[in-house]
Amino acid sequence: MSIDPAVKPVIAVDGASKTFGAVRALSEVSFSVARGECVGLVGHNGAGKSTLVNILNGSLTPDAGTIHLEGLAADRYSVVAARASGLRCVFQELSLCPNLTVTENTRIMHSGIKGLGWRRNAAALIRAKLDEIFPGHGIDGGQTVAELSIAERQMVEIATAFSQSDHAVRLVILDEPTSSLDSSLAAQLLAYIRRFVAEGGSVVLISHILSEILTTADRIVVMKDGQVVASGPAAEFSVDTLVGAMGSVVRARDARRVFEAGAEGGPVLQQRALGNAEAMDFVAYRGEILGLAGLGGHGQTRTLVSLFMNAGGDWRGRRQTKIAFVAGDRHVDGNLPLWSTLKNLTLTLLPDLTRLGLIDRRKEASVAGNWRERMEIRTNDLGNPILSLSGGNQQKVLFARALATTAPVVLMDDPMRGVDIGTKQEVYHMLRVEADKGRTFVWYSTEMDEVCQCDRVYVFREGRIVAELTGEDVTEERVLAASFAGGAA
Amino acid sequence: MTWLTAERWRLLVPAVSLTVLLIAVFWLQPRTMSYTGLNLLFNLAVPIALATIAQMLIMMVNGLDLSMGTFVSFVACVTATFLQTDPLVGALILFGCIAIYGALGVVIYLRNLPAIVVTLGMSFVWGGLAVLLLPTPGGAAPEWIRWVMTSKPPFVPMAIVASVIIAAAAHWLVMRSSFGVVLRGVGGNERTVERAGWSVLRARATAYAMAGFFAVLSGMSLVGLTTSADANIALRYTLLSIAGVILGGGEFVGGRVSPIGAVIGALTLTLAASFLSFLRISPDWQIGAQGAILIIVLALRLVLTRREARVAH
Repeated sequence: MSIDPAVKPVIAVDGASKTFGAVRALSEVSFSVARGECVGLVGHNGAGKSTLVNILNGSLTPDAGTIHLEGLAADRYSVVAARASGLRCVFQELSLCPNLTVTENTRIMHSGIKGLGWRRNAAALIRAKLDEIFPGHGIDGGQTVAELSIAERQMVEIATAFSQSDHAVRLVILDEPTSSLDSSLAAQLLAYIRRFVAEGGSVVLISHILSEILTTADRIVVMKDGQVVASGPAAEFSVDTLVGAMGSVVRARDARRVFEAGAEGGPVLQQRALGNAEAMDFVAYRGEILGLAGLGGHGQTRTLVSLFMNAGGDWRGRRQTKIAFVAGDRHVDGNLPLWSTLKNLTLTLLPDLTRLGLIDRRKEASVAGNWRERMEIRTNDLGNPILSLSGGNQQKVLFARALATTAPVVLMDDPMRGVDIGTKQEVYHMLRVEADKGRTFVWYSTEMDEVCQCDRVYVFREGRIVAELTGEDVTEERVLAASFAGGAA
Repeated sequence: MTWLTAERWRLLVPAVSLTVLLIAVFWLQPRTMSYTGLNLLFNLAVPIALATIAQMLIMMVNGLDLSMGTFVSFVACVTATFLQTDPLVGALILFGCIAIYGALGVVIYLRNLPAIVVTLGMSFVWGGLAVLLLPTPGGAAPEWIRWVMTSKPPFVPMAIVASVIIAAAAHWLVMRSSFGVVLRGVGGNERTVERAGWSVLRARATAYAMAGFFAVLSGMSLVGLTTSADANIALRYTLLSIAGVILGGGEFVGGRVSPIGAVIGALTLTLAASFLSFLRISPDWQIGAQGAILIIVLALRLVLTRREARVAH
């Protein structure tokens, strides 16, 4: 579908610019969304997507440029005005109130639900929308959000955004909506987006998973360095052209080694399967990249945490660095939000940087500076607070924190969530180099191309390891087959 | 399993501890198992319960009120003097107090100040005003407050009736009403509430003003029981109210509160003191023993929440 100039766009931004200090986040960007259109927005971390979204939803006022809502100039554009005109946002970081129930969160988002019986109305509203988007979701409206898994929270958030009470929903901006969802939930969401668009709604879809954008969006806008560098119907793009437009290079994958179990001595990590006869034991060897695959939330994270707890995390805090952990949910168990980037990076290294009980600041700064270069962490000063970095760069800091240790085993809990392709390729390469030096990586990932980077893969289903794939057997089809076998999902 | 939601788990520990303590008291002193006995046991719990609800409202929006004790003392002094001699002036002062609490909420939000620091400062202001008003213990309770606090409803003593009413009203206000959800949302994730188009400023001011209202009720009911006031009458309330909220399943941050639990917590704290007296523990050791009870109950709660987390998975 191309834009018909006669049809007034739902929202149009013209020549918007925004600078934060010395950083020009957005320069003269024009962007519009028509009725019944799904626009895919792609770009690297720091390309200006988040800034553009925040201008669209009224959180930020552009330094220059205009915003038109339904063809009318909106002089005093604000969050409230944006909501009143039917614009909703699902943010990359989960933004529900964890202390409230699903129903109560719905009430927060819909000021129109009030008076006697509000609880019943809100519960019915959210249940209907969850059923519509994610049939068989299994979420109860009375559960507090803190009790839900990341995927379930994301589902609630998406359903909340699409549900309508007093204002009709005209435009929904989805920022990385599928990053926490497994492939079947993601497919349900993408199918719903198409239905919503077919009924005249509009969607802005931001995703790093390019195949999603290519199959779901009508039109794709590519951003780079705060500008729109390409725009056109989705049919005119392919993964290669999109990546080319974003400016990152798809590097050829390093040839995967067929790993010979036990070739380099005994296992570095193992864990017996509990009870069930069908399950397999977990064993990791030196120098391999071991993937944990399967649908999201089937016990991979729990396995990683128990491996870590059994080997490292101890309440006595023993000074041993046998295992390092890269957290997936960086807001919950990764970042120290009040600390600087530097301090976040060197946290695990402090014993090595300590002399006579004091931290050697010069050494700390030089180690951190070294890792900033190796990981290409984009910040002009490591003294900046960690939250001033973009999501992908924050994740790089967490990677650096783990890789900088001497730990022979690194556990990774879906660490690439919301990281752009360029960064991913850099990290893949670094993992391979480190593995060749003899490090072991245990890597849980929800993305298939990451799983396919691994030497050996355990596939999880319902909390157990149900399959082991090695070398050339690590393919998308085999992983999927193992994840779904036995009628699950 | 669906009936036993997280919210109800939270209430289970305080409810069980209160029951156990009550049984122990009945066993030690069977005469308390009567209308008068219960009234005497729980009489002083009413003002503490009101102060605990006030503290809970502040903790709900991620604050902490260190001036609760001096504020309740000040209110008690106003009640025993102005409200008794010049009801209109007294009422105006008390309404002014509630307005000041609301204003504190505004200042704390707008200037992004830590609530602890602001309320610590205010505690000296309230304490000073109370001493100015009543340098020596004295004053008298207004007749009608005295009447309310000493009335004898049939079957159930006033102290219990009042506690139930307080718990029900606060529960409705905070947990059931649609505006209460927004208030708790501010404690849980302020940015979300803001993005949804709510005024966080208004929500915070409301929470603080409501806290002021309950604290005023606390001071008034205290005078109704003691018949006179003193500038230092309720200093213990600061820590008692915080302990009551925590005991009742609340948390310091994150908007996780339980009004029913808070009232039960206040009752438990009051009962713990009587329990220790019945055990003939010397007053020197009583405060320490009260602390021990608090730690035991909190440890129990921790164990149960861990279990609950395991059940959930």
